[in-house]
Amino acid sequence: MSQKLETAHAGTLESSDAFVRVIPIDEKGIVIELESSVEEIYGDAIRSLILEAATAMKVDGVKLIVQDKGALDYVIKARVQTAILRALGEPEPDWSVLL
Amino acid sequence: MKQKLRRSMLFVPGSNTGMVCNAFIYKPDTVMFDLEDSVALSEKDSARMMVFHALQHFTYKDIETAVRVNPLNSPFGLLDLEAAIRAGVDIIRLPKTDTVDDVLEMEQEISAIENRIGKGKKTMLLAAIESALGVVNAVDIARCSKRLMGIALGAEDFVRDLRTQRTKEGHELMAARNQILLAARAAKIGAFDSVFSDVKDKEGFMHEVDLIKGLGFDGKSLINPNQIPWLHSAFAPSQKNINWAIEVIEAAKDAKARGLGVISLDGKMVDAPVILRAEWIIDLAKASGVLGEDQ
Amino acid sequence: MKDLEKKFNTKELTSVNAPFFACKEKIKGEDRRAKLCESIEEAIKRSGLKDGMTISFHHSFRGGDLLINNVMNIIAKMGFKNLTLASSSLASVHDPIIDHIKSGVVTEIYTSGLRSKLGEAISKGLMEKPVQIHSHGGRVHLLQTGELKIDVAFLGVPVCDAFGNANGYSGRSKCGSLGYAMIDAQYADYVVVLTESLEEYPNVPASLHQDQVDAVVLVDEVGDPSKIGAGETRMTTNPKELLLASHTAKLIEHSGFFKEGFSIQTGTGGASLATTVFLSEKMEEKGIHASFGLGGITGTMVYMLKRGLIKTLLDVQSFDEFAAKSLGENKNHIEISANEYANPSSKGAATRQLDIVVLSALEVDVDFNVNVITGSKGLLRGASGGHSDTAADAKLSIIVAPLTRGRIPTITKRVNTIVTPGSSVDVVVTDQGIAVNPKNVELKERLKKAGLQIVEMQELYDRAIALCGVPAEIKYKDKVVAVIRYRDGSVIDVVRQLA
Repeated sequence: MSQKLETAHAGTLESSDAFVRVIPIDEKGIVIELESSVEEIYGDAIRSLILEAATAMKVDGVKLIVQDKGALDYVIKARVQTAILRALGEPEPDWSVLL
Repeated sequence: MKQKLRRSMLFVPGSNTGMVCNAFIYKPDTVMFDLEDSVALSEKDSARMMVFHALQHFTYKDIETAVRVNPLNSPFGLLDLEAAIRAGVDIIRLPKTDTVDDVLEMEQEISAIENRIGKGKKTMLLAAIESALGVVNAVDIARCSKRLMGIALGAEDFVRDLRTQRTKEGHELMAARNQILLAARAAKIGAFDSVFSDVKDKEGFMHEVDLIKGLGFDGKSLINPNQIPWLHSAFAPSQKNINWAIEVIEAAKDAKARGLGVISLDGKMVDAPVILRAEWIIDLAKASGVLGEDQ
Repeated sequence: MKDLEKKFNTKELTSVNAPFFACKEKIKGEDRRAKLCESIEEAIKRSGLKDGMTISFHHSFRGGDLLINNVMNIIAKMGFKNLTLASSSLASVHDPIIDHIKSGVVTEIYTSGLRSKLGEAISKGLMEKPVQIHSHGGRVHLLQTGELKIDVAFLGVPVCDAFGNANGYSGRSKCGSLGYAMIDAQYADYVVVLTESLEEYPNVPASLHQDQVDAVVLVDEVGDPSKIGAGETRMTTNPKELLLASHTAKLIEHSGFFKEGFSIQTGTGGASLATTVFLSEKMEEKGIHASFGLGGITGTMVYMLKRGLIKTLLDVQSFDEFAAKSLGENKNHIEISANEYANPSSKGAATRQLDIVVLSALEVDVDFNVNVITGSKGLLRGASGGHSDTAADAKLSIIVAPLTRGRIPTITKRVNTIVTPGSSVDVVVTDQGIAVNPKNVELKERLKKAGLQIVEMQELYDRAIALCGVPAEIKYKDKVVAVIRYRDGSVIDVVRQLA
């Protein structure tokens, strides 16, 4: 997929939220860097979730840096999706892939 | 038919993660996610996405939801509608409703989206009256759409439109409140009062609640969960009313058991509207926590 | 007379060398300030402290304690090693103890609580010997069985006279009740009182008595008054805390225990304080008065005492300055020792007279077991305190906690660490439902009828998991870093080293 991806971010560092940064990279694939306040009990589950959400949006060559402050799954998803949409220049969202 | 309780409508800014995630805990009768005035321009998209997800989450499955969308003539309105309707919202709250056309335009867009996505459910509308023009048109607005479940007063903007200030007694809102209530009742829809902003002032809040309840309003918008139990306690039926209601229902049961066509209580005839009222009071009593579930 | 003389050899007794004459000399010359030491070092020297001995402190100054670190530094400087530290509890201000453990000064610890960096370090295997975690009542029991034997107690107080009469409700750093210190004063071999102010003799009525104290040292400060108070003392506005409080107060109201002369203990924290306030409103409404409040006394309880809603306050620990002051002013605000408070083998523990207790929890599992000592990551960061004591003895033990804290579920399948067994827990109140211990059939019916949202514990667990997801298991090593002692001294659980 050739999409023009810019750097973008969404979310906040408030408790129960997640701050997501999207950065285009040269390599293929989706790289995830997670820093979570619940790393020990949910770190792996959250990484899977982020990967799943990004994959569903068919992005490639992107690094996702997520600072999680104990957000629920749907909040993390919403922030990841918003950040990616912003990185793509806010196209009309394909709602069918967003949940 | 059971009528939906709408005493409390908790106002939740769609950009506030903590509030979005937790609003359901406080059990307002309706949760209203706002995408309009309480959300900054730069965050319209993120709030929309958050609310889109929240609406579909199991925590909001059993509670009535509403979304206040941005105006249709803004870059955000249509996207808000699409997201909210796809996510299964119960009510769309119009930002500022001045005329019948405002309602009809919104209704048109909603129908188009519902048809396009194949949504069976008919999303309801709630009109917010926030100007003198809106108040003057309230009667027509209240009648103009089958989807309209109620009209609400937006006091802050209304008072500004009148070019005056809000006072504790609220006489500047008297005309608007009465007009909105009359229009709502004539059209057989709900009437909802505006928010009380000073969350620390319980006394002032209760005073206003007493006033609007006395006028006949169905409920009120709230900006802080702490206001919910205060409001619900004010709307709770008195023990006297509850006792009366129990008597009516017992009498109806008794008559049915004996195969009697006519129900009487204390020598007076009890017909369907009276029974409905009695059942309404019992439901309200249960919802207020004054009666247990199995009584 | 002649018989007596013969019998007791009175000639010897009346000679100048007789013991009696020596006593007369002693009395004339005795220094009334003999107990006073110039410095903490001197007191330590006098105490006969040796390597391998047990030293103790009390925790009535909580986060405002300045004494323990001070004394430990001096002990370390003096070169002592292999000591057992038996402070009734430890706060986050006591992190410097880590250094004393590393240098071998302290090799064993008995305490009710571990927090902050100290708790974390111990969780990660800092100590060879596991820490013994006991309840407040359990500590007294350990002293009585002899397992815990205090050689030297260092007891900080705001005021004391030169003979050792001390109290905690006067002076600059008021801590209020010296309920824990009173025990050490009774059981320790050598008692050193460190005071901020030297009063005239006799400083009575006394909480620590002249006939218990060996040495007195005047120090600059024992506590920081601004930090002694345990957090929030005003009514919270946090919606979740208010919701929890409202449910709890309603539960109490309909529990069947809410009648004239009932007794209650509540803790600190927004929800607890708000519960007390809501309850006091119901008490006013219904004209119900409490016979006593126990604890853990806060300003809110004092307020109720002043309003005549509670008749007596039994205070083992004063949580804020209002309580501390009230102890010195109100004749119905009584100081009690930890033995009178909660010791299961005491002749009379107040907990046995307690009707209702409101407690918090870090975790509760589907069997109603409660964890108040380790967090979701398996780190030591809490205290056993009076939790298991009160839960066991009170007629109605109520646990109040939010269903989740951020993304951390409070309700778990199995708690990381059991401090209070489920058999002593009657009800668990969360913001999303209330679970009643199955053995309380009548209570459950009563609460359902009252319109409270009663659900099964399994439902609460399912909901917490639905919100947060199934948490990954915390990985531990085999080494035991802390032993949780139930109030009767038995081992109820262990905490292992984090992997």
